[in-house]
Amino acid sequence: MLILECPCCGVVGEETEFAGGGEAHLKRFGPGSSDDQFHTYLFAKENPKGVHFERWRHANGCGKWFLAARNTVTLEVYGTYSAQTYEPTQEIKDKISAKVPGWSWRGFS
Amino acid sequence: MSSAVSALKGAKYEGYVKVEELGLRGMITLRGDLNSAKMKKAVQDVTGAKLPNQREITHEGDKAVAWMSPDELLVMVPYTDVHETLAALEKALKGQHFLAANVSDARAIFGLSGPAAREVIAKLCPVDMASGAFAPGQIRRTRMAQIAAAFWMTSDTRIEVVCFRSVAQYAFDLLKDAAEPGGEVGIFA
Repeated sequence: MLILECPCCGVVGEETEFAGGGEAHLKRFGPGSSDDQFHTYLFAKENPKGVHFERWRHANGCGKWFLAARNTVTLEVYGTYSAQTYEPTQEIKDKISAKVPGWSWRGFS
Repeated sequence: MSSAVSALKGAKYEGYVKVEELGLRGMITLRGDLNSAKMKKAVQDVTGAKLPNQREITHEGDKAVAWMSPDELLVMVPYTDVHETLAALEKALKGQHFLAANVSDARAIFGLSGPAAREVIAKLCPVDMASGAFAPGQIRRTRMAQIAAAFWMTSDTRIEVVCFRSVAQYAFDLLKDAAEPGGEVGIFA
């Protein structure tokens, strides 16, 4: 069971109050992109054993989307942050580094 | 003319907590920039209640304003005052980017009264209902068994719960079941 804090309304709720939305920080490739780019955007998802970044929605609460950094092995949540960002905050990255030295996820480390 | 009726026509259940459907209440969804001075003034002028802070609800007589999300409020007024309130809001917010919609008939509202009211909610929602964690003046939107619901306390022994009208019977049955005599846990007593 994950305990997430919604950065939009400040509620600390358990998993069933939220809805998962897949991988975070995706760059969208739509009309005009090459088949390769579109294929990668649609299907090539990270599925790590360890540090992961995900989109979540506070479905049974304020209804807003946010991003979460968590560990798929220990289920530890390193932090949640605004969906209107291109990368996790330094604070969250530091927290992950303290727990999982040498981690990397796509372009982040 | 058809006359409006609430979802369960005021159904009541006397358990160890009294559960009742509170009938019709005027509700307006108000969305927009909650930090704008115009919005603050409009809400205060129309309801007399102050614009609530994050996860708070403010009351003024039979009117109330609840914070639903960073850009949404729920304005509650007597059912017969909705059109008037809506018109006043629209006038006050003219020129702003906002939405004010009458959702009165899309909702059902329940009252839980009794010293163990907190316990009934605690049985159904993943929320810490200890008095230090949740108190009158706060609102919490959450999940009640399988449906979305929101609740707040009007006093330390009375809670109001809102949910969608389409699931009113389900919500009433849940609350009724949780309030059944013999099911007392006594954790907040």
